[in-house]
Amino acid sequence: MTTEEKYVAAAYLVIFAVVLAYVVIIGLKLQRLERELAELAELARAKQAAEEERRAVAVG
Amino acid sequence: MSTWLRNNRLAALAALAFALISTAIGLVFFYAPVDEDGLNQKIFYFHVGIALTAYACFAWGGWKALRVLWKRDENADLESYVAIHQGVIFGALTLVTGSIWARYRWGHWWEWHEDQLVLFFVLFLFYAAYFMLRFSVPPGPRRVNLSAVYALFGVALVPVSILAIRLSQRFIHPVAFDRGGPNMAGSQFFAFCVSWAAMLVLAATLYHVELAGKRIDVRLRELREALR
Repeated sequence: MTTEEKYVAAAYLVIFAVVLAYVVIIGLKLQRLERELAELAELARAKQAAEEERRAVAVG
Repeated sequence: MSTWLRNNRLAALAALAFALISTAIGLVFFYAPVDEDGLNQKIFYFHVGIALTAYACFAWGGWKALRVLWKRDENADLESYVAIHQGVIFGALTLVTGSIWARYRWGHWWEWHEDQLVLFFVLFLFYAAYFMLRFSVPPGPRRVNLSAVYALFGVALVPVSILAIRLSQRFIHPVAFDRGGPNMAGSQFFAFCVSWAAMLVLAATLYHVELAGKRIDVRLRELREALR
């Protein structure tokens, strides 16, 4: 590989690496959002269960 | 077909970006001739396309900032922020690919006497500072207004940066386009146009992906507040 070819390859690899890094960062962010969504769903379920329990106590 | 496209716009955009990038690489290496600058000139096709895409992202961010101030469009603040983020990423890529080209062509990574390079670097630093300003102010109308005004000021630098190479009396940076049109063969210009389109579509794809993530983030925060 000549020096010139190395420079051309380096420029294209930099572009590829940056796009790849961006995709990885977005992927990690999506994982975090998924975890947060699961937490919120759990919180909503717990809140609903507590509300139903409160209603049952009020009726009883 | 149109319903499918509407429902899967992001997937279609990503597929188009992939197809255009593949075509552009094919055209650059197997169709466009090697000119007197040698193989190193192959960097130009993506380097210039990336630089013009960075300008487009900054201009789009400025337009959205204008909508924030003018129409009080609440969604436009996040859109302006994401567009400027894309612009900074493409700006960084412009500087790195340009430096790699310069190292081989000029023998050094940077030329401080070159107006085009320095002005682009100033534009890049200006928008990099946007994030410092934005995150130094607590969320709310003040942050939205300050960010919008700052983003609009930066747009003024875009034409200055583009015109610098034409206004400059002494430059060594190659001129791809002048008053007579493109300074290249027809096949080279075609390869360049496809490369530029590929970069624009890639930027649009990344913009929509990031924007969707940010919007989900905001809605989750609102949901968390509501559930407390």
